[in-house]
Amino acid sequence: MTTLTTTAASPGMRRRAASFLHRHGGVRLSLLLSAPLAWLGLAYLGALAALFVTAFWSTDVFTGDVVKVFTWANFTDLVTGEVYRTVALRSIGVAAAVTLIDLVVAFPMAFAMAKLASPRAQRWLVIAVLTPLWASYLVKAYAWRVMLSSDGVLGWGYGLTATVVTLSYLWLPYMILPIYAGLERLPNSLLDAAGDLGARGWRTFRTVVWPLTFPAAVAGSIFTFSLSLGDYITVKIVGGKTQLIGNVVYDNIGAANNLPFAAAVATVPVVIMLVYLAAVRRTGALENL
Amino acid sequence: MNLSRTSRTLLRVALAAGLAVIYVPLAVVLLNSFNSDRTFSWPPAGFTLRWWGAAWDSAGLREALWTSVQAGLGATVIALVLGTMAAFAVQRYRFFGRETVSLVIVLPIALPGIVTGIALSNTFHTVLGLPLGLLTVIVGHATFCVVTVYNNVLARLRRMGLNLEEASADLGADTITTFRLVTFPMMRSALLAGGLLAFALSFDEIIVTTFTAGAGVRTLPIWIFENLFRPNQAPVVNVVAAALILLSVIPIYLAQRLSGGDPQTH
Repeated sequence: MTTLTTTAASPGMRRRAASFLHRHGGVRLSLLLSAPLAWLGLAYLGALAALFVTAFWSTDVFTGDVVKVFTWANFTDLVTGEVYRTVALRSIGVAAAVTLIDLVVAFPMAFAMAKLASPRAQRWLVIAVLTPLWASYLVKAYAWRVMLSSDGVLGWGYGLTATVVTLSYLWLPYMILPIYAGLERLPNSLLDAAGDLGARGWRTFRTVVWPLTFPAAVAGSIFTFSLSLGDYITVKIVGGKTQLIGNVVYDNIGAANNLPFAAAVATVPVVIMLVYLAAVRRTGALENL
Repeated sequence: MNLSRTSRTLLRVALAAGLAVIYVPLAVVLLNSFNSDRTFSWPPAGFTLRWWGAAWDSAGLREALWTSVQAGLGATVIALVLGTMAAFAVQRYRFFGRETVSLVIVLPIALPGIVTGIALSNTFHTVLGLPLGLLTVIVGHATFCVVTVYNNVLARLRRMGLNLEEASADLGADTITTFRLVTFPMMRSALLAGGLLAFALSFDEIIVTTFTAGAGVRTLPIWIFENLFRPNQAPVVNVVAAALILLSVIPIYLAQRLSGGDPQTH
């Protein structure tokens, strides 16, 4: 009986709801946007804003409680502290080095995949590059720890170089895939045309291939740069005593229990990434992610 | 294309060398999981299955695995719902601030994990007064997983166009029926691909997890990290690493089936 009434009632309700939605595009749009915007727009951006506010507070030296009074102290410490400047510059250097290494390694690989391999081989090559992305991040960092350890396969030991090598390894697929996708979209006829007009390999690369795949390379660099900039786990695994921004943030939350200062340090990579994202938005890189 | 024979060969060599660099470390881990020596001295002195048995019997490990699966499923479901909604809004409508939506969705993954981690933990802890636990981990993971579903669905909607949906409407189907019988079936593989990526992202995540998990909640990555520096646990950690490498074949296989079975990509 109840099932009968519900089945009898619901089509009418549903039909009315459907036609209401059909007629009111604005309502449809608001409904679609409501949840994602509440989550990411309000909650997430709100959390970031709250963290930013915390950066202007301080910690009571004796009780360890957060003192909610505005102060520039954290940022003054950050700018004047020799240590922090070194760490920040080192982190940017590591992120830039990783991005550059990945770009140099990834581009020829992606080019060979997109333009030299047969369609069948291409499919397999994409799988071959994708597969390690699914293998755990920790597992890969750990693999390098084992290989770099003094009695391991390579035996180079831990430190800054080990960190750069491991990070480059970790984020390499993130660089290959966007560039490969960009090169695949690049019509072969353009390369042929460049050839017909007399351009050799390097000239074709410089004037045709690179300008057209630049947004894809920038998309890849967003990953490699950002992921390196915030990393503190890999540094702990293969970095020996090396400290990056992430470690300073982590240590200030854990051992030092100084959330305001940690928040102030954390704004450094955020500002760098926001500047980076704003700078590359015009290249269309965000559409290539 | 007029590439000289030498450049072609060089490019092919670069590709082969790059792939070798990608796979050698993974192979070393796999091989080491059978290394009878506790400290993985190289080359291995002998081979054993003992560590695989020890890993199988570890209760802490099993518990961590289960926690990771729960967190991954929770985050994936939320990401599927939010990502699909946002993708429809952006692809099918024109509105003020439309360009910004993509940016906000990319942000959690574009910003360093530690920033998202402490921002969320600070909000849960200090602002909302929520106890940290599995639920907060799921919320944290969902935040950066939305982008994978969003991108997949967005790309699919862009390719699908409106013709079939308009045809369905012309034939008398209402909005909901069209969605159920036309739109949804065409997006199914995009949803699966996005969901798969979201799950993998969550399953592997450690930084946001570190800050949003309470004291008692241990996902698999956290378990691995905790045991990484304990010399007597090294062989078991290595077995887990090897097992995860072998298991990564499953999503790859599924993803290939998805794109292979999808008539629109080829």
